[in-house]
Amino acid sequence: MTEATAPVMPAPAPIVNPENKPFWDATVEGRLVLPKCQNCGSINWYPRVFCPECGKFGVDWIDAAGTGTIYTFAITRRGMGAYGKAGPYVLAYVELDEGPRIMTNIVDCDVDSINIGDKVRVVFHDTGSGSALPRFTPVS
Amino acid sequence: MAERSLRGKVAVAGIGETPYYKHGQAPDPEIVLALKAILAACDDAGIDPAEVDGFASYSDDRNNPTRLAAALGTKELRFSNMQWGGGGGGGSGAIANASAAINAGIADTVVVYRSLAQGQFARFGQGPKIPAIAGDPAFNIPYGIMSPAQQYSLKAMRFMHEHGIHQTALRGIAMASYYHAQNNPRAIMRGRPLTEEKYDNSRWISEPFHLYDCCMENDGAAAVILVSAERAKDMKHKPAYVLGAALGSDGGTGRGAYNGAHFASSHFTSVSRNLYDMAKVGPKDVDVLQSYENFTGGVLMSLVEHGFVEAEEADEFLVLDNLKADGGKLPLNTSGGNLAECYMHGLELITEAVHQIRGDSPNQVKDVNVSMVISGPMVSPVSNSIYGSEASL
Ligand SMILES: [Zn+2]
Repeated sequence: MTEATAPVMPAPAPIVNPENKPFWDATVEGRLVLPKCQNCGSINWYPRVFCPECGKFGVDWIDAAGTGTIYTFAITRRGMGAYGKAGPYVLAYVELDEGPRIMTNIVDCDVDSINIGDKVRVVFHDTGSGSALPRFTPVS
Repeated sequence: MAERSLRGKVAVAGIGETPYYKHGQAPDPEIVLALKAILAACDDAGIDPAEVDGFASYSDDRNNPTRLAAALGTKELRFSNMQWGGGGGGGSGAIANASAAINAGIADTVVVYRSLAQGQFARFGQGPKIPAIAGDPAFNIPYGIMSPAQQYSLKAMRFMHEHGIHQTALRGIAMASYYHAQNNPRAIMRGRPLTEEKYDNSRWISEPFHLYDCCMENDGAAAVILVSAERAKDMKHKPAYVLGAALGSDGGTGRGAYNGAHFASSHFTSVSRNLYDMAKVGPKDVDVLQSYENFTGGVLMSLVEHGFVEAEEADEFLVLDNLKADGGKLPLNTSGGNLAECYMHGLELITEAVHQIRGDSPNQVKDVNVSMVISGPMVSPVSNSIYGSEASL
């Protein structure tokens, strides 16, 4: 007989490619960075080498404050694959104070008590493969 | 310059389908299912299958026209067309493409078809097996977003929040599909009625979607034969004239991934306007509606973006009594649709729309002159179509 174990939120490694490497490299240092267009100044998501607003190449990577609000969320009660033993977990788009909305999980919270509009701040979960997943936790 | 429009130029002359099977249970190879549906549609139209000279499909159907034409004995292949885009977003788009080809004289007899034997290939509901990806998906997959249900529940949750819509509205949509399936001999879910209690107690797939908010996955095939309106008049069945068809998405849809202004959307705002403009009808003229249910949340947003209900009135309106074929204000998904008839990627919604014009649906609405289909929502491109009786022209 095996003992019951508490659900564990996995931290699968992202696929790092030359286009998004600056983003993932910064996460290891506990920094959430965002691409800012050198031409029009817009701050965009997802990280890429051209600006989706003006179409020009060239971005600077700026440090985000790491705070935002829950734009929308969904609760998965039973995950698949790496998330098979995660227990119920929250998928969310968090709208950062800098503007962009990013895909993430809301962690360290009661999954049944979160709401759209809740304030959250970033935490980093090390993947063990040269990257850390930015996730968010409610600010009480 | 003469008005450019498909209105009344082309008609559906034949429809056909295989039996519908549970996922993985089709006894035939996928291409045989496609051929059986096409042969059934030709028989329904009363034409020799060798006369089919055009093929149009969507969602990267694996059964390409050259292979089909060889089996059908096609005299001459004149039109071979694939509507880009995944899921069921292209169903009415394929009708638009086929109709445009006929109207332009490119081909005379075009079949729109879709064949699915997911057990023989891969299932849609399981999502990708984490291939070497770039761009937006590379930022999503580590967070445990793997299935379409998860992806689209995020949209529905936001839309419901913005407009104060409750779970009961989604339940009403699911109830309508299951209610109509009980009368439909083709429906997989016939004999398995849905009650409010059963819905409420069903497991969550991805909150706010219960099990019954999500489409089935099935095997089977369906086909629709289109010809010129002039020719259709002398054929076996009462023609279902194409009053309009539209496809596409709003400007900028793909620019910001989920960062666009219209995130909580079925992506129909411009496409619905284009459809009504061509068909010269509005939502109040529509007698019966088939609206693609990949997930009920997509139907909710589609109904709002096509002007059938104000978002703020959705809770009140989306109850079973309003959605029934027999006396409802807006008869919805009268075959059982993707939830309860069969997930044939929405082509079964188009055959049902034609049945409603002919007057031979198992859930027939009285005196149908305008019959509408909204194909797969929330993807890009999306598409929609309207069919009319002789009287509607
Ligand atoms: Zn720019």
